[in-house]
Amino acid sequence: MAKTVEGLYYSESHEWVKVDGNIAIVGITDFAQHAMGDLSYVDMPEVDDEFEKGEEFGAVESVKAASDLYSPVSGTVVEINEELEDAPELLNEDAFANWIMKVQMSDPSELESLMDAAAYEAMCANE
Amino acid sequence: MKYYDKLIFDLSKEGRQGYSLPANKWEALVSELPAGLLRAEAPALPQVSELDVVRHYTNLSQMNFGVDSGFYPLGSCTMKYNPKINEEIAAMPAFAGLHPLQPAGTVQGVLRLYKELSHALSEITGMAEFTLDPFAGAHGELTGLMIIRQYHMSRGDLKRTKVIVPDSAHGTNPASAAVCGLEIVQVKSKENGLVDVEDLKPLLDDTIAGIMMTNPNTLGLFEKDIKEIAALVHDCGGLLYYDGANMNPLIGMVRPGDMGFDVLHLNLHKSFSTPHGGGGPGSGPVGVAAHLAQHLPVPKVVEDEDGLLHVVGDDPMTCGQISGFMGNFGVLLRAYTYILMLGKQNVRMVGPLAVLGANYIKESLKDCYKLPIESVCKHEFVFDGLLDQSTGVTTLDIAKRLLDYGFHAPTIYFPLLFHQAIMIEPTETESKETLDGFIEIMRHIAAEAISDPESLKTAPHTTPVRRLDETTAARQPVLKVKDMN
Repeated sequence: MAKTVEGLYYSESHEWVKVDGNIAIVGITDFAQHAMGDLSYVDMPEVDDEFEKGEEFGAVESVKAASDLYSPVSGTVVEINEELEDAPELLNEDAFANWIMKVQMSDPSELESLMDAAAYEAMCANE
Repeated sequence: MKYYDKLIFDLSKEGRQGYSLPANKWEALVSELPAGLLRAEAPALPQVSELDVVRHYTNLSQMNFGVDSGFYPLGSCTMKYNPKINEEIAAMPAFAGLHPLQPAGTVQGVLRLYKELSHALSEITGMAEFTLDPFAGAHGELTGLMIIRQYHMSRGDLKRTKVIVPDSAHGTNPASAAVCGLEIVQVKSKENGLVDVEDLKPLLDDTIAGIMMTNPNTLGLFEKDIKEIAALVHDCGGLLYYDGANMNPLIGMVRPGDMGFDVLHLNLHKSFSTPHGGGGPGSGPVGVAAHLAQHLPVPKVVEDEDGLLHVVGDDPMTCGQISGFMGNFGVLLRAYTYILMLGKQNVRMVGPLAVLGANYIKESLKDCYKLPIESVCKHEFVFDGLLDQSTGVTTLDIAKRLLDYGFHAPTIYFPLLFHQAIMIEPTETESKETLDGFIEIMRHIAAEAISDPESLKTAPHTTPVRRLDETTAARQPVLKVKDMN
């Protein structure tokens, strides 16, 4: 079964957010990597890209599907996880230890519209 | 099956040849050609005997699986039998010897065939006019969207830049819209797999160019609300595009034109029995309602008062030119042959038999495989993996195991609405005995999943190559023969 981590925020489109001050660290959930299967490519954003909450910021591809990634918060990308460019399998190995991008949030109150671990687990149970 | 993976170059032996050419009577003039146009050395062509060539390609062809070798229930692809008379007609010297630059006056029969096939497709689909120029399904989609865009632009309605696509759509729909420079808006499906009209309503405004729909949709379910959807989209000023990939069950029964669609494409290589899937080029004719006919691509075939046919390459209202000449004529010829061979009475049997076969398989297997939406399907349906998933046997394992039993695998992991999707489309050309054989094997595999899951997880066992490492192939593709091993 897919695991979740307490203390993170979760989006309906299966991204997680870890908050560090005004920075949102964003990745995809364990449920998402399970559903995708072995990932073969992560299409990453670039530093200084700006995204609105809900806007597409990249994509993950596996041997069976490709899926867009949606930014769970609004803000500016300050760092991307370059390791994923050559090793997308890191997301399969541990989806929560391997983040995709760090975003300087423009409106931290948006976090309130995201789910906690329990609510996200309940949503996944219905999928 | 014998394993064979040589290149024709591997067989090459210096000096061996399987042909003899007549003397080159222009030899003396070679020195008059500009030096820059002359080869410094001979091309590296394989040097082989005729027998080498025949054995090589015969062996390669035996590594293939086609509808001529066995049952091919690949969902959404309509792998029906391609009657051999199609090939006989296409090989007739009068057709095979045509040149695309021949004057129209010398190819009146061919242009007449273009017209008559257009009329037959109009009759089957309820559209006013057709272009047969697009080379394949997605090319047809692009052409159709260019027509829609041209329609709005010619009316000065420049705000319409969005296309609505259901979440169950074929991936080509949003891709074609993006290539056409349009923005994609997704509409959700309801629990019963049909487009959610309530989710659609708020999306409809004066920025909508149109909606792309497949009916029956990719779950094989008929979009029963299509009349209401058509009225809503037309009321907001948008047009309806019909993706003809799933036209097979409707042939002779229901016409997209009567449902309210303004533009559609057909896949002649699916519904009209021309070869596909590596077996031949495709063809994606586009049909339009009368008010869009002026925007069809050029060149067009036009009849004058004396009944003579002309190829017209210029038209101020056209959406443009989308192919070098006039489509894949050899494919058009095969589809026309198919329609004439069936005739008006038998063409009505295509849809009902395709639907009967799909429902027969679905009902015979739903106590072993998970049927996510209980409903009468059209030409295809989707299982969501095994009913008992406790053994960890996945849809991929089932698909691989089917190869051991001599069947082509169904479409898997599409549509994306279900995680373990297995999409089965038998087509109308398969006998009850073939369907029974498939059902028996699918039941056997479901039993094996419990008694011997390991044999499924390591399948296939009897094919020339065993299970491929798709992940490594995707992560570290080897793209050159000389980089292999």
